[in-house]
Amino acid sequence: MKLFSIRGGVHPSSHKSLSSEQPIRAIAMPELLHVPMRQNIGAPAEPVVAEGESVLKGQLIGESAGPVSAPVHAPTSGTVTAIGDYIAPHPSGLAGLTITIAPDGREAWAELPPPLDPETATGQEIADRVREAGIVGMGGAAFPSSVKLGLGTSRQLHSLILNGAECEPYLSADDRLMRERSEGIVGGAAIMMKALGIPRAIVAIEDNKPEAIAAMRAAASGHGAIEIAAVPSRYPMGSEKQLIQVVTGVEVPAGKLPAHAGVLVHNVATAHAVHDAVRFGRPLISRVVTVSGGAMAEPGNLEVLIGTPVADMISACGGLKGTPEQLLLGGPMMGVPLHDKAAPAIKGNNGVLALSRSEVNPGAHMPCIRCADCVAACPCGLQPLEMMIRIRNEKLSEAADVGLYDCILCGACSWVCPSHIPLVQYFNYARGALRDQDIVKQHQDKLKGYTQRREERLERIARAKEEARKARKAKMAAAKAAKAKAAAEEEATDA
Amino acid sequence: MSLPTPPSAPYAHSSANVQRTMALVMLALTPSTLYGLYIYGWPAVFLFALTILSALAAEAFSLALRRKPIVMFLGDGSAALSGWLVAATLPPWAPWWVAVLGGLIAIIIGKQIFGGLGQNVFNPAMVARVMLLVSFPVELTRFVDPKPLFSQGAPDFSQSLQIVFGQIEKFDTISSASLLDQIRTVLKQGGDVPGGLAEHYQPMAMLIGDVPGSLGETSALLILLGGLFLLYKRIITWHTPAAMIASIALIAAVMNLIDPARYPGPVYHVLSGALLLGAFFIATDYVTAPVTNTGRLIFGAGAGALVYVIRTWTVFPEGVAFAVLLMNALTPVIDFYIKPRIYGRNRAGEPLPGPDDAG
Ligand code: SF4
Ligand code: SF4
Repeated sequence: MKLFSIRGGVHPSSHKSLSSEQPIRAIAMPELLHVPMRQNIGAPAEPVVAEGESVLKGQLIGESAGPVSAPVHAPTSGTVTAIGDYIAPHPSGLAGLTITIAPDGREAWAELPPPLDPETATGQEIADRVREAGIVGMGGAAFPSSVKLGLGTSRQLHSLILNGAECEPYLSADDRLMRERSEGIVGGAAIMMKALGIPRAIVAIEDNKPEAIAAMRAAASGHGAIEIAAVPSRYPMGSEKQLIQVVTGVEVPAGKLPAHAGVLVHNVATAHAVHDAVRFGRPLISRVVTVSGGAMAEPGNLEVLIGTPVADMISACGGLKGTPEQLLLGGPMMGVPLHDKAAPAIKGNNGVLALSRSEVNPGAHMPCIRCADCVAACPCGLQPLEMMIRIRNEKLSEAADVGLYDCILCGACSWVCPSHIPLVQYFNYARGALRDQDIVKQHQDKLKGYTQRREERLERIARAKEEARKARKAKMAAAKAAKAKAAAEEEATDA
Repeated sequence: MSLPTPPSAPYAHSSANVQRTMALVMLALTPSTLYGLYIYGWPAVFLFALTILSALAAEAFSLALRRKPIVMFLGDGSAALSGWLVAATLPPWAPWWVAVLGGLIAIIIGKQIFGGLGQNVFNPAMVARVMLLVSFPVELTRFVDPKPLFSQGAPDFSQSLQIVFGQIEKFDTISSASLLDQIRTVLKQGGDVPGGLAEHYQPMAMLIGDVPGSLGETSALLILLGGLFLLYKRIITWHTPAAMIASIALIAAVMNLIDPARYPGPVYHVLSGALLLGAFFIATDYVTAPVTNTGRLIFGAGAGALVYVIRTWTVFPEGVAFAVLLMNALTPVIDFYIKPRIYGRNRAGEPLPGPDDAG
């Protein structure tokens, strides 16, 4: 099919061969599973089980709280041993509300909702099922998928794009999933197309994954409306905006959602989860995670239950080799540092990496030499050096004027910068500081609102008093005048 | 400013670093410079070494004054490269103090008073070149015929020391002029270009560089080789050199058509003087040139046109240094107007219309 070009991009070494030939495998049942209530963008789920309660595999344990929220299910059968704060797999390393389950080893399933027939089910039924199954975007952003699915009701979409680009180095979870479970992915795509009335779907896969492309082509061969596109291997091809551009030639207007370009993008793993939820009534309780890096003894692709501690995944891969320079969740370009190996697997996490020093390749920060490599690398047409200079001079709103919020934080600029300037760190800092300023300003506006309203009230009271006084005065004057008039008349009569 | 936020991704980095970039540029300069050192002999070797040492000393001194890490910044190679480029533009038998002054001016006036690496507005080597030329026109235009190392008539080691340390007058046979000077003289004396060229111009010798000229500028072929290497290594993009060469060649071709007696053709202009060195190694300087490819096209085209104007209608026979400095001054303006289009926005920076907004 015809593809379009994207701007910029970089070619970091992929390191995918470390794990890409390892089939997906399950690991031994962890002693405890720590299932966070917040695994998605938006509000955390609310626990609906109590400490000490027994739960069955797939049973609802956290209810979604609001429209942008996703329910959470027990990944296996066992006993709830604790409900409370536990280390969360989040960049801050802060704790979050978590349900801890001690597995009983029986893997006894709860009664699942009945399978739906995609041919006869309505779009609403499918969207409801996806929501009840707790499916979130599994490519990293973790937007509740039912929210995205729901979008189709108000807008006409022309294409569903399944993101199988997997452009982050090291990661091979989607690659393996496409090779081993292509039928489920294609099934998920067909279900979403049906539910949303989208006429065509394109599975976009970077051309460095020929086996995945072949497997997906074979699986999709019966579906005329599902195409497989081999897109060039270039980071960040898998970024939603860039993928839409390369497949459709259309850009998502600034500040708008992809639906505005008539497109919906879902990760291939998400499509697979949708398939499982609709066809088998299975909630999202496990996912494939790539465990890799030069400091990992035996890299591989693991199917882990949500809540599995990272430490268990690492030991299932032979443990660490030497001292890693950096432990990461996700890929090296956009992943977040892992502070504690006790942190659990969540629905949106596709990788655990232990990188050696030479892989991270840190360097001394030098002044910007204006080489413009960052400008050439930026897929969004930004000038990272210009934003950086403004942020360095604390001119944050000027940085926003030259594109701070158009930046997708892909890290291509930082990766390429010969002066090792941490450009993305500057952008994160500036966004955080602007957000704080905004909060302070809102607060001040609110306070200002209070005082203003109070002043207005006082003024109103004063005005009312004044008017009352005036009215009284006028009345008195009128009375006086009347009296005087009467007196005068009296006098006149007297005369 | 040290950033108060925790470090962020990426946790991977390309193999690029400042040191490597500077080293590759110097590697690209090596063939043409070695050739210059060979054909102009020991005096050129001394001059070259002195210029670089002076640049390094000036850099170390400035860093010490500004309390910056000396080893790290000297090691980045940028000062050595500036010194190298200054030396490449000097007459090969210039006296020692020209070399020393050149290195000092490039680093202190050209770079450090602006705030050091990455901060300067003008190309340091060209600042030095122009200040020297304006202050010492005699020494800066006294070229010599090639006298390769160890060849018959070449000055030996101690004679070379004498040349560099101020007794060049003892060697009266050597004075010569570059082709640009010779053609000017011919025109001034009432001759015409074809006559002058017939007498002085040997394109083959100019390709190889076996002619009187500056230390590192004469060999068109070897400079081109270095330039292609930089392109191949993606240290520079083609935009600046292509635009600079195309613009001067085009103007020269048109003028040559109009009046061949007064205006030499494109090949003469492209192969002469500092044009190729300037196009590949000087106009491509990151710090002082635009950051977009379109901006680089404008920068290169402007520089090429200015070189032509200066060579043809001013008192100076060569104009690469002036042209580059003038364009350096325009770089902020070019960068202000020429920007890449942001994804999802039009050139004016407004969000693209969505299908909803389209009428
Ligand atoms: S890549 Fe780094 S050194 Fe080069 S212009 Fe960008 S910020 Fe400056
Ligand atoms: S992080 Fe932002 S500025 Fe840097 S390359 Fe990516 S989009 Fe461009």
